[in-house]
Amino acid sequence: MANPVVMMRTPAETALIERFAAEKASLPGASQARAEAFARFEAKGLPSKRIESYHYTDVRNLMRTVAPVANDAVAGETMTLDGFPRLGFTNGRWQGGDAPAGVTVVPLADAYRDGLAPGLGMGEATDIVVDLNTAFARDGVAIRVAAGAEARLHLAFSEKTSAPASILPRVIVEIGEGASLMLVATHQGPAGIAYQVNEVVELRLGKQAKVEHVRLNLSGDKAMVLSSVAATLGDEAELQTTQIALGGEVCRHQVFVTYQGENAKAAIRGATMLRGHQHHDTTLVVDHAVPHGESRELFRTVVDGSAHGVFQGKIIVRPHAQKTDGQMASNALLLSDDAGMSNKPELEIFADDVVCAHGATCGSLDENQLFYLQARGLPRKVAEALLVEAFVGEVLETVSDDGLRETLAGLVSEWMRARAVS
Amino acid sequence: MPAVKETVETVRQIDVDQYKYGFVTDIESELAPKGLNEDIVRYISAKKNEPAWLLEWRLEAFRRWLTMQEPTWARVHYPQIDFQDLHYYAAPKKTPGPKSLDEVDPELLRTYEKLGIPLREREILAGVEPQNRVAVDAVFDSVSVVTTFKEELAKAGVIFCAISEAVHTHPELVKQYLGTVVPTTDNFYATLNSAVFSDGSFVYIPPGVKCPMELSTYFRINEQKTGQFERTLIIADKGSYVSYLEGCTAPKRDEAQLHAAVVELIALDDAEIKYSTVQNWYPGDKDGKGGIYNFVTKRGDCRGARSKISWTQVETGSAITWKYPSCILRGEGSSGEFYSIAISNGMQQVDSGTKMIHLGKNTTSKILAKGIAAGRSDNTYRGQVTAHRKATGARNFTNCDSLLIGQQCGAHTIPYIESKNASAVFEHEATTSKIAEDQLFYCMQRGLDEEEAVALIVNGFVKEVLQQLPMEFAVEAQKLIAVSLEGSVG
Repeated sequence: MANPVVMMRTPAETALIERFAAEKASLPGASQARAEAFARFEAKGLPSKRIESYHYTDVRNLMRTVAPVANDAVAGETMTLDGFPRLGFTNGRWQGGDAPAGVTVVPLADAYRDGLAPGLGMGEATDIVVDLNTAFARDGVAIRVAAGAEARLHLAFSEKTSAPASILPRVIVEIGEGASLMLVATHQGPAGIAYQVNEVVELRLGKQAKVEHVRLNLSGDKAMVLSSVAATLGDEAELQTTQIALGGEVCRHQVFVTYQGENAKAAIRGATMLRGHQHHDTTLVVDHAVPHGESRELFRTVVDGSAHGVFQGKIIVRPHAQKTDGQMASNALLLSDDAGMSNKPELEIFADDVVCAHGATCGSLDENQLFYLQARGLPRKVAEALLVEAFVGEVLETVSDDGLRETLAGLVSEWMRARAVS
Repeated sequence: MPAVKETVETVRQIDVDQYKYGFVTDIESELAPKGLNEDIVRYISAKKNEPAWLLEWRLEAFRRWLTMQEPTWARVHYPQIDFQDLHYYAAPKKTPGPKSLDEVDPELLRTYEKLGIPLREREILAGVEPQNRVAVDAVFDSVSVVTTFKEELAKAGVIFCAISEAVHTHPELVKQYLGTVVPTTDNFYATLNSAVFSDGSFVYIPPGVKCPMELSTYFRINEQKTGQFERTLIIADKGSYVSYLEGCTAPKRDEAQLHAAVVELIALDDAEIKYSTVQNWYPGDKDGKGGIYNFVTKRGDCRGARSKISWTQVETGSAITWKYPSCILRGEGSSGEFYSIAISNGMQQVDSGTKMIHLGKNTTSKILAKGIAAGRSDNTYRGQVTAHRKATGARNFTNCDSLLIGQQCGAHTIPYIESKNASAVFEHEATTSKIAEDQLFYCMQRGLDEEEAVALIVNGFVKEVLQQLPMEFAVEAQKLIAVSLEGSVG
């Protein structure tokens, strides 16, 4: 028999190992969690396509070099949203801003020094990309929403760099019992610069807490963006997390949801618009560890040019998680001959009294629908835009804030207009 | 919920030791020495008196195999297999090769009688309507012992014989097609099979011929510490049709036994192959001791335009199943179908599904998979549907449903759906549930007892697949389903 294949370290892996050795002493707090996370990375290396969950996004191959840590930069223009108190971030670093009533915001380094531990949002899941953030994150904030409080918050991330840089922010949000939070995170960055983002947002929902989280990805066209949402749900907690992705060159958005309390609900959604040579991977792990959980997943992907979309969704129902109800749908529209889509919806079920289903479809625009609209005088491109907007509209319409929803719909229309003139 | 409780109770007490075909035939066998090396490959080749090119082909596969690693991606767990602790060749001594029925050892005939496999043509003719006749190739351990109805089939131009025989009688066909669907380099077990395959069936249907009867192969593992590595090759030439059935059983033994087969199907223009399997290898006892490790590579190549390959399988046996009958849809307008019922009970582990690879224009495929998990078993559907860039107009519909009976089993669905062509339309749906209380209530209210009600609902759940089986198999399959779920259903 042959010997097991020994993977050679890539230059990026070697650079990360050297960087950790050099920076270890100066990284703020959480030293044990950092060391453990780094050890896992060191043992396994960057995830390659040989790892089942990274089958379609070979990070090992895509991340050839590791960009230097981003410098401090002056705060610049970032997006504002009506009705949302704003916390601005440049290159992952918090630039200040006022927290609304009932919400306390502390820089990550301070929160770590006060004993906040990273990683609890992951439940039992482990992931090398999240581990890398855990090991290296210096920047970000810890947000605490007091029990019973109601708040809205906009985290405006804006990257300012003229050379490749790596940006690793971490946001840890604890939502107290009965509190409710609408959290919008926007991500923008320079065009033409191959910057690397590895961002983790942990959402820890207490009993009966409610969170609506919306992430808007408008990253630069050469950026590699690895983003993760790791949420734990207490009794009767309700989580909605939606990603609208338009930017970046290579993106992977991961959502880990762990049910820790009974009767909790989660809705995970996404609308992804891809063109050119973009690659976008959405990977979910929904872990029903306790009974009576409900999850709804809805993903819409539009692929144009020679872009490639990926959806991987795994619903796990543990042996005692009876009465779980999970429904997952992923639909993709391919607009060009070179576009590609890979769907992998998974069910992993160990309890018998459950209702779980998933559906996945992939196809092009319906010629009959196009004909109907064209017969009524719409030019083909306009008819296409109308159908595409309706397709992703099902995800957008779940956003509760009117102003934000219109902003998002405007971005989709603009994307279709740009397509029509090209 | 007393109904659920009772079902769970009965599942707990379930006894998988009800395997009917677990007897051992006491027959003197000729065994190759244990272990695997080039000499064993040469030994097998020499036993079959093979031409040099085939030996070379085997040796190349063997050398390749030495460099390969056992795959670990499937959702199955088993102790490491010691490939040096197996006999790679076992043959009943008194039957040197498939000859006429009169020369077959009577002990062997009795074995097949006990299994309910009709080998005597006269007996078959006596009682059964002509349209229900089935030609059988019986493979016992490493050799084919007899093939029935050969002469009658030959009149229609159909070649149906053991592959070891076809190597001598039709070398040009074997040489042309062997390994063209599942190449020797395909995967760990297929490569191993290429090196040490012993026997199996060979079918050739000439252009325009509709095979006059169902063809079938019956595989039996008897000897201890042996692996069965059969190889089946079916070629349907232009415009022809064949329906082929496969059945398998093995004695109850405490140690696990390896079965690594390769099946290759080739359909040329307008040809259709229907391949049905009722897999009933010994599943091991209720604690997972013994049983067959069924690591099989089955693949059909729709090489011609408008060709069609249809796989139907009922999987009730084996300790571990690792099997993905696939279709390569190469010809324009070709179509593939996959109908499957996989039932696991006791400690069985099933990781099975299909691959539909759309290469040609306007190709269509349909997947219907039903998994039923009971006892402490794990049942995984793993399927892949891909459309390549030139597969304009490709169409797939997939439906996989799982049913769980009991709280200690698991049902998993892992589909890979990959499209590189905008005009390809793929739809996939999957559900997992338990038997609905209201359905049970409805049946019981009308006077059925609970066991009967469960049986009725389960049969309804798998009905769509059973309908695809040829008559004789459908009846057998229905019985098998009842036996494998005995204790949990009626």
